[in-house]
Amino acid sequence: MSGNGMQANGMQVWHFSEMAYHPAWPHLDETYRVTIPSRLFDPKVGADLYHRYLDEWALCDELGINIMTNEHHATATCADSVCTIPMAILARETKTVRLLALGMPIGNRNDPIRVAEEYSIIDVISRGRVEMGFVKGVPFEISPANTNPADLMERFWEAHDLILKAMTSHDGPFNWEGTHFQYRSVNVWPRPYQQPHPPVWMPVGSEGSAREAAERNITIGVLNTGWVRTPAIFDAYRKKAAEAGLEPRRDKLAYMALIGVGETREEGWRRADQILGYSRTSGIVSPQFANPPGYVSPAINAQMLKSGGAMAARATRVQTKDGRPINPRTMTVEEAIDAGLVFAGTPDDVWDQLKAFYGHVGGFGHLLMMGQGGTISHDDTVANLTLFSKEVLPRLAELG
Amino acid sequence: MERIEIGGISLSAWIGGDGPPLLFLHGGDYVLQNRACLDRLAQRFRVVAPRHPGFGSSPCPAWFRTVHDIAYLYLDLIERLALDRPLVVGSSFGGWVALEMAVRDPGRIGRLVLLDALGVKFGGREERDFADIYALPAAEVLRRTFADPAAAPDYGKLTDGELEDIARDRQATALYGWKPYMHDPALGHWLHRGKMPALVLWGDADGIVAPAHGERLAAALPDARFATIAGAGHYPQIEQPQAVADAIEGFAQENRP
Repeated sequence: MSGNGMQANGMQVWHFSEMAYHPAWPHLDETYRVTIPSRLFDPKVGADLYHRYLDEWALCDELGINIMTNEHHATATCADSVCTIPMAILARETKTVRLLALGMPIGNRNDPIRVAEEYSIIDVISRGRVEMGFVKGVPFEISPANTNPADLMERFWEAHDLILKAMTSHDGPFNWEGTHFQYRSVNVWPRPYQQPHPPVWMPVGSEGSAREAAERNITIGVLNTGWVRTPAIFDAYRKKAAEAGLEPRRDKLAYMALIGVGETREEGWRRADQILGYSRTSGIVSPQFANPPGYVSPAINAQMLKSGGAMAARATRVQTKDGRPINPRTMTVEEAIDAGLVFAGTPDDVWDQLKAFYGHVGGFGHLLMMGQGGTISHDDTVANLTLFSKEVLPRLAELG
Repeated sequence: MERIEIGGISLSAWIGGDGPPLLFLHGGDYVLQNRACLDRLAQRFRVVAPRHPGFGSSPCPAWFRTVHDIAYLYLDLIERLALDRPLVVGSSFGGWVALEMAVRDPGRIGRLVLLDALGVKFGGREERDFADIYALPAAEVLRRTFADPAAAPDYGKLTDGELEDIARDRQATALYGWKPYMHDPALGHWLHRGKMPALVLWGDADGIVAPAHGERLAAALPDARFATIAGAGHYPQIEQPQAVADAIEGFAQENRP
C-alpha cells in the first residue's frame, strides 16, 4: 500500500457493508437470490437506503476507518450490484481513507478493459486511494452473469493479466488475442494515479486459492472462514509466498469479521445480532444455483453427489472452535463469537476477541470490519463505527 | 473399457459386437446407463461408443471449446478406425455432435439416428427450446428427464471414480453447451447438407426438449422421418432399450432409394 497517515497502525481497518435491501427480506423464504422479482424493491425506499449507507461510509473518513465495497447480483442481500459506483461517489466525498472493492467479479464481466477504466478513473479522482479487488464470485453469481462456470478461473486469470497489462502500458495500443478476450487496440485512458497500479486483492476460501494469490503477491481477504478454517489458509499463503521468494508480510493478509461494539456488552451483542442478519441470509439460495458444473473440482463434486449436494456442504462450513457445525441461518451471537465470525461486546471484549483470533491465525494486517449488516439502524451503525474508532482502533498499533 | 488414441487424445471407449459399424455418441449425463441398449445393438452391429473429450476419463485438450471440435475429432475417428459409412446414433448432446458431423462431411456417414437431439434452435430470442437444467430444481430436472425417475442411478452406490466421471461429464457439458445454451446458432442453416437417411426418435414424455421439437428437426433434414418411443423421457435408450434397439435395427435394414 502506498502511504497515508494510518500506516503507523499495526492493522488497517475497513468498514464493509453489502448495502442490503432488507425491507424485502420478510417477503422471502426459500431463496434471497437469483430469481426474486424486482417488484420487491421499492425505489423510494431504496434511495433512502443507498444514501444512508453512503453516509456511513463517508463518516469513516473522519473515523480513520477505510472503506470496502463489494457486489452481488439479483439479490436482496446486497443492493450494490456495481461495486465501483459507491466507490466512485466516495472517491469525491472522502479525502483520506482508502477505497477497496472486494470486489470486481472479473471472470463474470465480459469486458476487462472496462474494469481497468473504472478502477483507473476512480484511482485518479481519489488521488491514488484505490485498492482493487478481483473476485471469483460465489456460485450463485454465475446465473445472473450467464458466464460459463466450467472455465471460470481460466477466464479470471486471463482478465487479471489483461487488466494489469492495460493499466501499466503507457506507450499506446497493444494487441491481446487471448482465449477469452480479444482486442487489437488496448489503450486505457486514464492511466492510474498509483504506479505501477493500485494494489491487487482477492478473496480466498481455500488453501489452493491462497497459494495462487501468494505466488502473484496478491493481498488476500478471507471471509466467513472463522476460527477453524482460517489458520490453514493463512499458513498456505505464508508458505507459498516464502517459496516464491516474497516476504510474507502481514499486510498481505486480511480477515473479515462482523463487529458489534457497545457501551455495554448487551449493547454490543444487540448490534452484532442485527448485523448477523447478513450471515443468516447470505447463503439462502435455491440449491440448483449453489454449485454450477465446474465451479468446484470433480473430486469435490463427487463427494457432494454422495453426500447430498452443495447445500449440505455449505451448511457445515461454519464451525465452533471445537469443530461443531453451526447452522448459519439461525446462529446466535454467542455461537458466532465462538466460531470467530463475530467480535462483539464492550470495546474491551472486542479487543480481547480480536487479539485472541490474531494470535490463533498467526497475525494479519487488515481487519475487514462488517460494521453494518442485516437490519441494524443508521444510528446504531454510526455509534458502532464511532465507538470502534475511539476505543478499539487506537489499540491496534499494539499488535505485532 | 478400451482406449482409442486419436488426435493426441486417449479416449475412453466401449467397443463391442460384430456387424456393420455403429458409432454411438452419448448425452451429457447418465453415460453408463446407455449400456443396456448398447448390449442389444452389439448383437447386430460393431458398436463404437467413445466417451467425449473432457467427459469421464477422456482428457480434453485445452483448446477444445466447441462441439465443432468434437465433430472434427469423430470424423477423424471414422477414418482412423476405417468405419465404412457407419450408422451414427447420437443422444441429446451426442445428437448435437452427430448433426455437426453430418453437415460437415455427409459422405462419411451412412445413416443418422437422433435421439432427443440438442443443437438446433428454432424458437425466437425470448423462447426457450431446451429446458434450463441449470436453473430448474433438481427434482424438476429429474421429472423432465425420465418418464420414470427410478431410472436415475443411486449415487450412494457408485464408486468415487464413477462419481468423478459423472462430475466431469457435467462440467464438460457446461463447457461446450453453456452459451449459446445447448445449440449452435448456425447449425439450423446447414441442415440441408445432412442428406443421409435419418431417423429422429423422441421419448414421448421428454420434458427437456419436447417431441414437437423433434418433429420440426425431422422436417428440416432432407431425408428424415420422426417417431416417438412410448414410456420414455429425454433418454429413450435408457428407459426403453429394447424398443430403441429394435427401431434402430429396423431403420438400418430399410431399403431406401
